[in-house]
Amino acid sequence: MSLLKVDRLTKRFGGVVALDRISFSVERGRIVSLIGPNGAGKTTLFNCVTGVIRPEEGSILFGEENPDALHRCAPHEAARFGLARTFQNIRLFSNMSVMDNVIVGTHARRTAGLGEALWPFGQEARQERRWVQDRALRLLDQLGLELFAGRLAGTLSYGQQRRLELARALASDPELLLLDEPAAGLTYQEKQELSGFLLELKSRGLTILLIEHDMKVVMPISDWVVVLDYGAKIAEGPPKAVQDDPAVIEAYLGIRVVG
Amino acid sequence: MTRKLLILLLVFLPFFDPNAYRVDVLATAALYALLALGLNIIVGFAGLLHLGYAAFFAVGAYTYALLNLNLGCPFWVGLPVSAAAAGAAGFLLGLPVMRVRGDYLAIVTLGFGEIVRIVVTNLEEWTGGPNGLLGIGHPVFFSYNFGVDSKPYYGLLLVLAAVVAWACSRLARSRIGLAWVAIREDELAAECSGIDVARFKLLALGLGGGIAGLAGCVFAAKQGTVTPDSFDFILSVMVLAMVILGGLGSVTGVILGAAVLSIAPELLRSFAIYRMLIFGIVMILLIRFRPQGLWGTAQIRKEMKGRHVSA
Amino acid sequence: MSSSELFLQQVINGLTIGSVYALIALGYTMVYGIMQLINFAHGEVFMVGAYLGLSVILAAGLQAPAAGSLAWFLFLIAVAAAGCAVLGLIIERVAYRPLRRAPKLSLLITAIGVSFFLQNAVMIGYGAQDRYLPSLLPAVTWGKGAVTVTPLQLMIFVVAFLLMVLLHRIVYATGFGRAMRASAQDPLAARLMGISVDKVTALTFALGSALAGVGGVLFGSHYSTVNFHDGYLTGLKAFTAAVLGGIGNIPGAMVGGLLLGLIEGLSAGYVSTQWKNVIAFAVLVLVLLFRPRGLLGERVAERA
Repeated sequence: MSLLKVDRLTKRFGGVVALDRISFSVERGRIVSLIGPNGAGKTTLFNCVTGVIRPEEGSILFGEENPDALHRCAPHEAARFGLARTFQNIRLFSNMSVMDNVIVGTHARRTAGLGEALWPFGQEARQERRWVQDRALRLLDQLGLELFAGRLAGTLSYGQQRRLELARALASDPELLLLDEPAAGLTYQEKQELSGFLLELKSRGLTILLIEHDMKVVMPISDWVVVLDYGAKIAEGPPKAVQDDPAVIEAYLGIRVVG
Repeated sequence: MTRKLLILLLVFLPFFDPNAYRVDVLATAALYALLALGLNIIVGFAGLLHLGYAAFFAVGAYTYALLNLNLGCPFWVGLPVSAAAAGAAGFLLGLPVMRVRGDYLAIVTLGFGEIVRIVVTNLEEWTGGPNGLLGIGHPVFFSYNFGVDSKPYYGLLLVLAAVVAWACSRLARSRIGLAWVAIREDELAAECSGIDVARFKLLALGLGGGIAGLAGCVFAAKQGTVTPDSFDFILSVMVLAMVILGGLGSVTGVILGAAVLSIAPELLRSFAIYRMLIFGIVMILLIRFRPQGLWGTAQIRKEMKGRHVSA
Repeated sequence: MSSSELFLQQVINGLTIGSVYALIALGYTMVYGIMQLINFAHGEVFMVGAYLGLSVILAAGLQAPAAGSLAWFLFLIAVAAAGCAVLGLIIERVAYRPLRRAPKLSLLITAIGVSFFLQNAVMIGYGAQDRYLPSLLPAVTWGKGAVTVTPLQLMIFVVAFLLMVLLHRIVYATGFGRAMRASAQDPLAARLMGISVDKVTALTFALGSALAGVGGVLFGSHYSTVNFHDGYLTGLKAFTAAVLGGIGNIPGAMVGGLLLGLIEGLSAGYVSTQWKNVIAFAVLVLVLLFRPRGLLGERVAERA
């Protein structure tokens, strides 16, 4: 049983078929990369998985036993089920502190509501708040951002902002992490650090689904690669096999490999 | 320490003030402070453009008026009921607009506000039509009837405003408050982080509406009459201006903003005819040069000036 | 009056007022298309147009119907158009341009501020009571049976129609119109093509305001009264018309205006005049909730 099972997923925008009967699975504890030329539908796929848009046909099941139907749920429900994501164009809360950005990530794991907000004597509320802050600081520490905890998120450098987005995603203690081009715009050094960090997350039991263009990041860390082109899956398999697949080469380079 | 003493002094002075007119102005200011606190939750905390707040004020006022006149309902029972009714109105009118985008939301809420007002004006047998309802009962506290003296109302409103202000401060610093800020900043990212955006927007509308309901009940009890033209678009804009002047999202700010905008016209009585003119100019200048209001934070200033594309 | 005559009369009345709504709606729709701004003060510009007409009548000491009244009527319209065009330019430059990249709340508050300012300024200048605006055209009625049309009504149709045709030509057959449409679709690309989006925006405002001003004179003549508060209600109705047709969509504004006028005319005839405003507001709310892109689809720029 897979952690995530995408089955014949189809999404249309007017006349355009963005996703055409996509099927693949993600096993728990693996790093799976989603690659393909621009416009292939990778982010659309992410949006369907996280509930941002609803597919016309197909299903997305999450969880080995009693799987949740992600193709019919809202984004906040997906988060509560155990998914977390980052975005292609960083979407941080720029006018909030770095610390608060991460704390927002814990929202789904907290229970404090109106009662707790208004009743000043709650033990549980205070404990939860302490837990939340500890967790946030620990994550910032892991991502090397602990010195910036009080700064406004918008004042961070690009690389730091990417790391913050990652921290926010990890704050909810997800089972499945979806990263949309996490290496885009990073320096070589930062990409190396990213790869190392993702492998470490994997060793801690996290499952990662990754959209990425940089093959030097994708190939060394992926257990499995799925290739999309024009909304259809054209190949999948271990990294090396996909790299040599003629259909993949044609999609990327536009030339047909003869022989 | 001296500042707190000063505030306490200012707060309690009116009880000893022989000038009934002055006390009445302060009571009105306290009423507006309450309204501003409520609208602040909707516009300041949750970031929803609302131009129909007067409708919830009306619901609160008419609820108490009708209960009192038809069922003899005492004020202290009417107070929570009016709040609940107005809160429910906030929630119900909010349900259809969850997906409406920002500027259209403003117009829809304006539309709702006007529809409520016109419907109230036209349903004569129920609401007394344009002449409204008269003879509404004043609050009676342990055989002390508030009557038409402004002082007890001032006291009551002060207490209500203080409690609501305290509640708002706590809300702002809670998980709910953080969720609201996240929604204001980036609704999609907030939703994907696990925040049920619709639920939190409706919460803000319900709370904001409920507070207006409280104010409406007190208003009806004090005036003894309610007429539909007390609840027009100008009122909605006035309260919004108080929130913006005070500083969007700032609890103390909006109280002060309410005080300024309700007391200033009384001080400038000779300029009464220019009131709206000055008001309009003030709004234009405020947004242009000091969008965070008088007491707003630098963060609010940034939010009001507009986003520049981040990294 | 037989039922079909009642129906026909209400249709005529509805289309008359609908033409006025269409003229005002065009201003809303053009400005929204290019700036994503709901120009709250646009209704006030309409109102100022009516008062400009009043001013000319007062200054010239005109009585209705005066000698050479058609010429005077057209003169009123010209004055209103020119005056409101200038007003529109001023408003855009002073109030809206500095806030070009501000969020919707800021623009909205500013627009409301301008609206209050104009309302109050007119009230101070001309008094808070209704002012009599005589229709300069002869008060005869033409018609068959109980269904009547007045020269004024015909005039309103004709003027509105001609102006809409003129606007359509400007927008779709001139260089300026092309620049307008380009700025509305993609301001950044338009700038890169050498279009001064600032100038185009200013002129769009002027154009829309001129039309609203003409609408004001027509409206005032039709109802024989003007009041400083007219702008608010009529402005909202015209905005409803603009959204109904599809915001940013010029033919949409025309269709929306006429349609709303019909709805209002028929409501007034068959429901009651008391409730006709509620019906207009209900249309507004329903359209924004259930079909925000309107009947003909919206045409709005992608906001950077």
